[in-house]
Amino acid sequence: MTNHRRIVITGIGLTSPNGNTLAEYRANLLKGVSGVVWFETRYMGKVLAGVCNYDPLTYQLKKEVRRGTRAGSIAIYCAQEAMADSTLRFASLDKSRIGVYLGITEHGNVETENEIYNISQYGYDTKFWSHHHNPRTVANSPAGEVTLNMGITGPHYTIGAACAAGNAGLIQGAQMLLLDEVDVAVAGGVSESIHTFGIFASFASQGALASHADPTKASRPFDRDRNGIVCSEGGCVFILERLDHAEARGARIYGEIVGYHMNSDASDFVLPNAQRHIECMQAALTRAGIAPQDVDIVSTHATATPLGDIQECLALRAVFADCPTTYFNNTKSFIGHAMGAAGALELAGNLPSFDDGIVHQTINVDHLDPQCEIPNIVLNSPRQLPRVDYILNNSSGMLGINSVVVVKRV
Amino acid sequence: MTNDQIKHAVLQIISVIAPDEDLSRLKSDVALREQLELDSMDFLDIVMELRKRYKVEVPEADYGHLASLDSCATYLAPKLKDL
Repeated sequence: MTNHRRIVITGIGLTSPNGNTLAEYRANLLKGVSGVVWFETRYMGKVLAGVCNYDPLTYQLKKEVRRGTRAGSIAIYCAQEAMADSTLRFASLDKSRIGVYLGITEHGNVETENEIYNISQYGYDTKFWSHHHNPRTVANSPAGEVTLNMGITGPHYTIGAACAAGNAGLIQGAQMLLLDEVDVAVAGGVSESIHTFGIFASFASQGALASHADPTKASRPFDRDRNGIVCSEGGCVFILERLDHAEARGARIYGEIVGYHMNSDASDFVLPNAQRHIECMQAALTRAGIAPQDVDIVSTHATATPLGDIQECLALRAVFADCPTTYFNNTKSFIGHAMGAAGALELAGNLPSFDDGIVHQTINVDHLDPQCEIPNIVLNSPRQLPRVDYILNNSSGMLGINSVVVVKRV
Repeated sequence: MTNDQIKHAVLQIISVIAPDEDLSRLKSDVALREQLELDSMDFLDIVMELRKRYKVEVPEADYGHLASLDSCATYLAPKLKDL
């Protein structure tokens, strides 16, 4: 394959509940630092959530923050950080050849809830409904806010893919580079979901919202005593380029996207389908041209729901049945479920393994659920490997959507 | 409300919708858009805030009366005379 057909990651910008740079985030993953806290939400009071503390005014005026959305602000922070990290000379780039592709789980619920609450203060008179509601809630909003902030004139849109969206944004960016639609892709995922009470209330009604006296121990994928999801906000944006473009400017390369796949369960609104997970991972490995045994780290999706974790583990055991040097971890145990940002953040937290060979652990597993036993699952302390060449990042979401990305050391 | 009170009230609204602007040297007889980065959405914000804070309705045909602080005071004075 020519270097013009190889897609690499050359910049990473993120905000996570436990870090606002890749270095801070990675350090906290290796140290076992959770980002889950108590969070006040309308109508429900205190809930458990992953909350980001980046400074929006780093890259936005106060007026931009006021006019836009939380998802847009997160996206801007991440995109600007990623662009700076890439060392691309942004000012001299052809802005029409930059595309922005961001995965989202949902968008608009926050603003709609805010407006309904707002007009409730005025007897539900709709003349008090904000004229900002439509521009804030159009589905392209977070990506569009990035283009407004940075002056990017290439294509922008979001990819609605439930909790498979982070990988989906990355895949879309890679595909647009392969199609020669753009020269630089700003791709990843974002989530503002904790600012809508509805996501907490819905998970609670579903019996899928985590509860625990200690917030740092609430997100417990694979643990026998797991009891549901911790909702989080966050974002992670990658700068993608073709390898020849990156090499020509001597860019630092975090890794090459060698495999990816998306598919649909077509079986249930909420319960994952292990067989489709298997097919999705196998298709991504086939595209990468590698065997399961070649994968060093599998970044799992598990959200700590009783049934969902079991379904994913069924799939992982099937795909990686004879892989003694493949190790598994889970990032949600630290930061909760960052929804549209989850897949992107989870991949980013593992990419430094290409440099240091360390697999970050899964925390909060005091009693591994026998149904979640996977060989080489890394629990509660990091694991040093001799070398890491391939990382597989697994994600899935409601309505039965699966996305897998395979990244190779360059 | 007096004209000065109305101008102060409008300035308070502008300080919220244009929080990055320095309003200390604003000339009351010069169009707001000549002195500040304000667009049509901002003027709709002014209209909305007048509605919320003072129960004043500004019909679309009258938006031009909100051009400057002085014109705001002249236009709004009859509507706010009882406040």
